[in-house]
Amino acid sequence: MTQQEIYNILKEKFGDEIIEFSHELPSDPYIVANRSKIDEICLFLRDEENLNFDYLVILSGMDYIEKLGVVYHLYSIKHKHRLTIKVFLSKDDPHIPTVEKIWRSADWHEREAWDMYGIIFDGHHNLIRILCPYDWEGFPLRKDYKTPEEYHGIKVPY
Amino acid sequence: MGLLDRLDNPYNFGGIILGTLEDLLNWGRSKSDWYLHFGLACCAIEFMAANASHFDFMRFGTIPRASPRQADFMIVSGTVTLKMAERIVRLYEQMADPKYVLSMGSCANCGGPYWEHGYHVLKGVDRIIPVDVYIPGCPPRPEAFLEGMILLQSKINKQEIFKKRKRLEEEMKNMNQ
Repeated sequence: MTQQEIYNILKEKFGDEIIEFSHELPSDPYIVANRSKIDEICLFLRDEENLNFDYLVILSGMDYIEKLGVVYHLYSIKHKHRLTIKVFLSKDDPHIPTVEKIWRSADWHEREAWDMYGIIFDGHHNLIRILCPYDWEGFPLRKDYKTPEEYHGIKVPY
Repeated sequence: MGLLDRLDNPYNFGGIILGTLEDLLNWGRSKSDWYLHFGLACCAIEFMAANASHFDFMRFGTIPRASPRQADFMIVSGTVTLKMAERIVRLYEQMADPKYVLSMGSCANCGGPYWEHGYHVLKGVDRIIPVDVYIPGCPPRPEAFLEGMILLQSKINKQEIFKKRKRLEEEMKNMNQ
């Protein structure tokens, strides 16, 4: 199934929750969705017989300076088609429903997105830092991040 | 090197070797150094190559130990993150004296390629523990690593145990004059 067909199915099912479909080269085609029902959209994508996206390739966080984003790369092993979904969040309110219960692998990916970008996944069972130490301050991959002067008495800059 | 070289003909007199206790201790320490090894990054791969049969690191009398309490020296091979830095200090403190540290590769020496933008990287392991030998390279070849081990052994062989205080006092006297 092509991305356009998948988009049509989703648009019919979810209406305004699906915002746009972009297929401008050179980037892969992607769908922009609203954040509020992203878990229902993902569940539908996984369980619908002719979509069957059973594999979450990666869930990544993004920083677009004026806003944050979450990108889902999905793949169906049965139908051999793939899909990219983007969700944009404001920096003041970076909440998004978790998809951890839908794909188990999203657990650590969401923890990483929280660790690096400060995106809060509502409903995640264990949203703690995964790479940085637990008491780390700030979100290192945000564009406005400043390297700390010291960590536990160790000087950080060169 | 050390003890055996000092005697002209050590094996001919009924198995008696004459030497100083210092030399004996240094000989023992330098020729049976057990190491605590933890691979932190790509330097660990190069270290594995040094350990394998082509380079045969164990001919220096080394044996890998998983516990710091049984180790004589520590090989810091790779990028030290700030999260790992505190663990390294703890491992170093758990080692029994005399203890030595080999810093392997650019990252452990000075931060390496992460020197500017590495918010999470310790810029040189010598900021937290004393280092005896630095091995440059990114990562160093096994030959460079073996050279570092030879340097460490020669450093241990030059250790003074009884004469040290006397020598230091004399040096201080000379400096004051």
